[in-house]
Amino acid sequence: MRKAKGWQGISLPAFIILALMLASLIPAAAFGGEVKIGFVLSMTGGSAAYGEAQKNGAQLAVDEINANVGVDAVKIQPIYDDDASTPQQGINVFNKFINADKVAIIIGPTLSSTAKATDPIAQQAGVPVLAISNTAKGITEIGDFIFRVSLPEAVVVPNTVRAVRERFGIKKVAVLYGNDDAFTKAGFDAFKKALGENDIEIVSEQTFAKGDRDFSPQLTQVRGLNPDAIVVSALVDEASGIVSQARRLGIPAKVRIIGGNGFNSPALIKNAGEAAEGVIVGASWNVTSTNPLNQQFVFAFTKKYGTAPDQFAAQAYAGVKIAYEAVRSAGSTLDRRAVRDALAGIRDMDTVLGKFSFTAGRDAESSPVVQEVTAGRFTAWGE
Amino acid sequence: MTMLLQQLINGLFIGSVYGLFAVGYTLVFGVLDILNLAHAAIFTLGGLVALWLVECAGLAIWPAFALSVLFCGLLGLLLNRVAFVPLRRRADTYFSGLISSIAMAIILESAALGIFGARTVRFPANTMAIHIWHFGDVIITSLQIYIVLVVGFLMVGLTQFLKRARVGKAIRAVAENERAARLLGINVDGIIAFTFFISSALGGAAGILFGLYFDAMSPDMGRSIELKGLAVIVLGGMGSIPGAILGGLAFGLSEVLTVALTGSSNLRDAVAFTVLFAILLLRPSGLLGRARIREA
Repeated sequence: MRKAKGWQGISLPAFIILALMLASLIPAAAFGGEVKIGFVLSMTGGSAAYGEAQKNGAQLAVDEINANVGVDAVKIQPIYDDDASTPQQGINVFNKFINADKVAIIIGPTLSSTAKATDPIAQQAGVPVLAISNTAKGITEIGDFIFRVSLPEAVVVPNTVRAVRERFGIKKVAVLYGNDDAFTKAGFDAFKKALGENDIEIVSEQTFAKGDRDFSPQLTQVRGLNPDAIVVSALVDEASGIVSQARRLGIPAKVRIIGGNGFNSPALIKNAGEAAEGVIVGASWNVTSTNPLNQQFVFAFTKKYGTAPDQFAAQAYAGVKIAYEAVRSAGSTLDRRAVRDALAGIRDMDTVLGKFSFTAGRDAESSPVVQEVTAGRFTAWGE
Repeated sequence: MTMLLQQLINGLFIGSVYGLFAVGYTLVFGVLDILNLAHAAIFTLGGLVALWLVECAGLAIWPAFALSVLFCGLLGLLLNRVAFVPLRRRADTYFSGLISSIAMAIILESAALGIFGARTVRFPANTMAIHIWHFGDVIITSLQIYIVLVVGFLMVGLTQFLKRARVGKAIRAVAENERAARLLGINVDGIIAFTFFISSALGGAAGILFGLYFDAMSPDMGRSIELKGLAVIVLGGMGSIPGAILGGLAFGLSEVLTVALTGSSNLRDAVAFTVLFAILLLRPSGLLGRARIREA
């Protein structure tokens, strides 16, 4: 009896202390540790140039986040895998991330054509996907778990076409595009619509396929029609070939080449060299932007990798920061639905891409720029 | 009209590279009656090794060209030793040789992937100063002239070599009848090895020209030309050297004209292979099917 009373006497304060300790521990226990983020990037194949830039940008963001979190906050455990620039391999990687690695969120894939095949799988499994480079139409329409950081061609292209018409007064153009790829096809559709709205005549439409190396037949036809400019919707390998072969076939430099998002890689300048001068391309980001966050990013990236970042690296960097912000405000590393909802709620976040919000359609809301290749680098046109 | 002329010129240059590639195929086939499917991998390595010599060893393009061609020739010797010699005495030597050459193709392609990486690479912009000549509205670049000169030089050289040189005559003798050649004291194994050397050297040369012309090389670039090379030698007549060149030109022209007329590259291969099909219906032995290597 005495023994029991004594036990009770001691136990009450002890219980309270214990309960308090537990109460403070519970959220930390549920929210500590690491969040798994799966990156599906094209590290090999035709789009390896983009995938490498994206991986570098993403890793820089992961390093910064992991170095700055306190003891009680989540770290990112990144899992990278290669989709080999093909939808088939993309599907394999998605299934692995969703079922075996059980990631909280997937970032990628690099290509729109891959995304069209892979994103429905994630949508069905209820895993949020954050696209960092898909610009084709119909990506976020796949479902309410699909988000994107990259500006769709439907936003960037009209802006580019309008700016080019105002500056150069072009009236007729020839169009070249890849007709076997979702991204290049969507880019073409966007250009066609924008050209129509600006009363610019399309004198010729030529197509090519992924992996083509010889563009001289198409370019010879184009040359015969004397267009004011050439509009090209292509990925960087084909884009480089088209730009250098156009100049070699004697199409004068005053006939500007206007490219889609595929041109936004330093690989274009490296590969086409002198011929790339004067190429015009719309983008959602430019390296010379004076945004302090951006300057800091460019500095850190250049210091770490020895080269300046491109748009794909910047978007990957921003994507990781946005995904992490969503995980943090969701307060869970496992509840994919909560992460999705937190992602949908992101408004006016400061990123290297500027103030960032998702639209109601889960697309990016930021303003595009027009860039021109001058002296071997992309420079933004002033307003 | 000038547009058509320009397209014909475009087709001529790409066709001559196809022809040069196909001659290597046809040479081995003429002598051994074996298809060497590793030829496309040698083509790829030729281009990539030349690029490596230019970029990393700092050589000018012509010495790099010569060294890379030599390297490919030596690779051909290795190929013969590893993939063909051990199988030569077998009853099914034709079939097993074909299979082992596929194995070698995979090994060489993977090696290229491992050493040079998966990215598409190019010769640096200043590798070769490119002049552009205008003839009215028709444009010819110095690079195209070099390609035709190199292909022409190699082809005339090869034909004369087979016709006049002692070793060339021996190659034709082996192609005619291996046993008789052996009885006459010809070192048949040496001749076969030498044939592989020439064939692979020509394949490597085609790879370098292809890389220079299109500015885009990758470890899988051989695949785009592999099937075309086979079609070219079937079109020209199996084992015929002039046939391979003629077939290459016909193939290049049909590709370029198809793209020019349809404004799209989707039908390019379909038309080229339909032409092949039609010619085989009309002339089952190919364009120059009779003029075999043994009569070169």
